[in-house]
Amino acid sequence: MTLDLIRIALRALARNKVRSALTMLGIIIGVASVIAMVSLGQGAQRQVQSQIASMGSNLLVVMAGSQKSGGFRGGLGTNTTLTPEDVEAVLREAPAVAAATPTVSTAVPLVFGNQNWTTRAEGANAAYLSIRDRAIADGEFFTAADVRAAARVVVIGQTVANQLFAGLSPVGRTIRVRNLPFRVVGVLVAKGQSQFGQDQDDIVIMPYTTVMKKLLAITYIPSASFSAVSGAATNEAQKEIAAILRQRHNLRPGQDDDFTVRNLTDVAEAAEQSSKVMTMLLAGIAAVSLLVGGIGIMNIMLVSVTERTREIGIRMAVGARSRHVQYQFLIESVVLGLTGGVLGILTGVGASFALSHFFEWPQLISTAAVFGSAIFSMAIGVFFGYYPARKAAALDPIEALRFE
Amino acid sequence: MSAEAKPVIELANVHRIYETGSIRVHALRGVSLHVGRGEFVAIMGASGSGKSTLMNLLGCLDHPTRGTYHLDGIDVSGLSRDQRADVRNRKIGFVFQSFNLLSRATALENVELPLIYAGIPAAERRRRGRQALAAVGLASKENSHPNQLSGGQQQRVAIARALVNHPSLLLADEPTGNLDSRASVEIMELFQLLNRNPDNTVVLVTHEPDIAQFARRVVVMKDGRIILDQPVRQRRDARVELASSLYENPLEVTLS
Repeated sequence: MTLDLIRIALRALARNKVRSALTMLGIIIGVASVIAMVSLGQGAQRQVQSQIASMGSNLLVVMAGSQKSGGFRGGLGTNTTLTPEDVEAVLREAPAVAAATPTVSTAVPLVFGNQNWTTRAEGANAAYLSIRDRAIADGEFFTAADVRAAARVVVIGQTVANQLFAGLSPVGRTIRVRNLPFRVVGVLVAKGQSQFGQDQDDIVIMPYTTVMKKLLAITYIPSASFSAVSGAATNEAQKEIAAILRQRHNLRPGQDDDFTVRNLTDVAEAAEQSSKVMTMLLAGIAAVSLLVGGIGIMNIMLVSVTERTREIGIRMAVGARSRHVQYQFLIESVVLGLTGGVLGILTGVGASFALSHFFEWPQLISTAAVFGSAIFSMAIGVFFGYYPARKAAALDPIEALRFE
Repeated sequence: MSAEAKPVIELANVHRIYETGSIRVHALRGVSLHVGRGEFVAIMGASGSGKSTLMNLLGCLDHPTRGTYHLDGIDVSGLSRDQRADVRNRKIGFVFQSFNLLSRATALENVELPLIYAGIPAAERRRRGRQALAAVGLASKENSHPNQLSGGQQQRVAIARALVNHPSLLLADEPTGNLDSRASVEIMELFQLLNRNPDNTVVLVTHEPDIAQFARRVVVMKDGRIILDQPVRQRRDARVELASSLYENPLEVTLS
């Protein structure tokens, strides 16, 4: 009997092909836009995540606090209490910290031959590459021995290499940094813009000792970078770093930190959160069109019930129970919803391929969105078909037979 | 209890009152009626006499406000909607004035319709549908759609549909109202033929006295009551009349 009811419903739909197709179109557009929007949102999310990951794996940054003198407060990093020894102590004592480097940077003019270029020199130790997720394209990174010796060696970014050397191989050549000769030992792999629009290749890296002694003549460091043993351990590492630094700086309980620990996971989470909200917003707008499609189904089913009042009367007269009539119409609307849903999924998947190709984003078809909208479109069929089907089932056979 | 002992229809003091808002229509005012198995009864009356209401009650499309209705010995006066649907499906075959065929379905599909709701498998449905179509002389038209058939042929399909479930009661509401006189007599011939089988009880509602004369018994309604219930005198025999070339129709003769 169920099969017969399905057959009856399918034949009724096939009879009004244009009408059925137009009704489905609402669902097709709704489902397709939900899928396309969700996959667009997730692609954007993934993009943001990978950009943040590229800033360094499990990165934590410690900035020295601000210096107070006579009520005047300097900016972060102006306090002189943070030292390279603090960084070594943290690496030694904090189990959640895998690598550490002091960081100290300054703007420097560079000269090679008749070319000059001003860029940021970042002082660090040999752990810099792994902490900042960078790699060497040519030559090699400076060594721990170079750091100990405050050697005048430099690793240059791709932008700097292009500006100064214009096609020549930089490795082994000598450039002048603030009029001091430095030997170029390596070139970094290009990384492009950071999420905040900064050119990450417009940089030179040298031993932090060199920057401190030869360029700035300071004994403290303004900041340091750490990497936690894992992404999950960043919060733990943050606590350990803070505890060790407080102890080394002899801060009493209740006294403010003279440093700030920034955890990039927070930044990542905030960015992820905002793209999630964006995804939900897009999906929400698309869901409205799905709802409108559902109302289209209800509309057409109501028309169909009225048109077929006499048919309903005949079926009832020969012994169809109310629920047989109800199921017949319900099946029609579910078929409309489901077929529209499947076609919508195909359209939506196609649209997300096109979008991701256009934006050069990773292709992310959300299985949840696909199955969700398939089930949802069927539910729409049931929901919006229920009232017309009930209306059909509640008809009085005597009245229905008299209907012209 | 033998089947012959039970009347097919047993109405006892049936009232039907319609109330729509403030208007109260007393359509049936105490109707009692017995119809035995194998009878052929014509119910007559002017419009407003209550014969349509009676027809709807007998067909289990409606239920009495007061009084009882036993169909085949079963009290059907208090049944629910779905139970009445089942009774219509198993015990009643309807023939309507306007045929009431599904226009998009073939003759055979129309005939099979009650069997779908009886839960009969497709192969069995087809077999019984063909049998019923053959019984009304339309075996060759099973794939025709109603609009490809003449009025008389459409009514035959409707009769086949009414017969397909072997109902206890064949209920015909003005079955010749939309037919010309020859087709009318042909349809009455079919009813008379079917009625030769003592299991086929026919109740015919009509306002045409000459159509009522094909039945064996006539019941006349007026103002919601039965005012006359008597055997038909001078019963017409449709087969004889058709053979007498009284209704000669050269076109149909050539066709058949």
